[in-house]
Amino acid sequence: MNLLTENLHIESHLIPTLETVSDPEIPVLTVLDLGVIREAIEENNVVKIKLTPTYSGCPAMDVIADDLKAAFAKINKEVEVELVLSPAWSTDWISEEGLQKMEEYGIARPLSETHDKDVLLGEKKLVKCPQCGSTNTHLVSQFGSTACKALFKCDDCHEPFDYFKCLK
Amino acid sequence: MSLTSEDSHLRGNYILTIADNSLILAQRLGELCGHGPILETDIALTNISLDLLGQTRSYYQYAAKLAGEGKTEDDIAFLRIEREYKNCLLVEQPNTHFGYVIARQFLFDVYHFMLLEKLQNSADETLVAIANKGIKEVSYHKRFSGDWVKRLGDGTEESNQKMQEAINDLWRFTDELFYMTDAEKAMAKDGAGVDVSTFKEKYYEEVSEVLKEATLTVPENKYFTKGGKEGVHTEHMGYILAELQYMQRTFPNMQW
Repeated sequence: MNLLTENLHIESHLIPTLETVSDPEIPVLTVLDLGVIREAIEENNVVKIKLTPTYSGCPAMDVIADDLKAAFAKINKEVEVELVLSPAWSTDWISEEGLQKMEEYGIARPLSETHDKDVLLGEKKLVKCPQCGSTNTHLVSQFGSTACKALFKCDDCHEPFDYFKCLK
Repeated sequence: MSLTSEDSHLRGNYILTIADNSLILAQRLGELCGHGPILETDIALTNISLDLLGQTRSYYQYAAKLAGEGKTEDDIAFLRIEREYKNCLLVEQPNTHFGYVIARQFLFDVYHFMLLEKLQNSADETLVAIANKGIKEVSYHKRFSGDWVKRLGDGTEESNQKMQEAINDLWRFTDELFYMTDAEKAMAKDGAGVDVSTFKEKYYEEVSEVLKEATLTVPENKYFTKGGKEGVHTEHMGYILAELQYMQRTFPNMQW
């Protein structure tokens, strides 16, 4: 099911500006790639945006809200941001383009829910090292540099890397 | 949905019995920032703290809305007196040693997961949304703390002894998780809240299973203590609040 087209309501003329706002922790991803913008509509020069957090306590959300305001201020538009919890954000909402950018940036993409459990319990080796492509990797910690990531290490090229945890 | 003022008050109190657990545990875990036994564990514990704090904010924002009169989430977090905090005694217990940190987390996570599972069926749609979001995070917490219980319990003689000591010591606080305040009873009846007594048996079964796998002894102690949910806390609570509220008490109305 493609949630991106079904549940999104983003006015197309706002997209160029939205694309200039990126995730402060993963700067290669725009807020659109990440799927956190659920709605963006303009009424009387005020842009109303519904933002859904990746994790409840994610500090990036406050920064993203400020960045959105700053981005639209440049084209003289005001922004009202509403934080929406339901439906809860899922890693399925990250666009394919976003996943590719994430891998190029050095973060392994989320696996399916079952595989995610297998690798986090250390039972299978499935996470692909974003540096050398080997799946001969192991979990170092279930929690990485941010709440959404786990820390892995490649046993072939020996580089440590982040793995974006599956969230559904 | 429109509520009478009495209903709002009751619902607000009910939310605190859930949210205050997350706030106080988040504060306890936050104390470990930069003090975890190893870097990865330090990061994990503070990540869990952050999740809990995020959940707390969602609950408090809702409670503030119900309270009206211009109340904010910060008022609820920082400007209550000890008796007004409704967290259970378990979460306020100190980080005595790593075994205690893990035992407290594990005993709470198993409960927390089951609570949110039920809260997902609440008649209150805001609570459902918070539960739907929170349970995904809590499933990670539970896995983390359960794994450490097993690793320490089934580890060296010393780690086993320390893990057992912590479980034995904190066991007496577990019964309170299933004690129901008047607000909880009313909300459970109303369909918005959760009747926690319905999963008490399941809780002890799951906890016992993990303890056995960890080669630990399930305590048989039948002496339990309670009070936190009615606002009567252990001596540790005052110190937690002193630190938690310091900035807001020193610089009233300050904002980050």
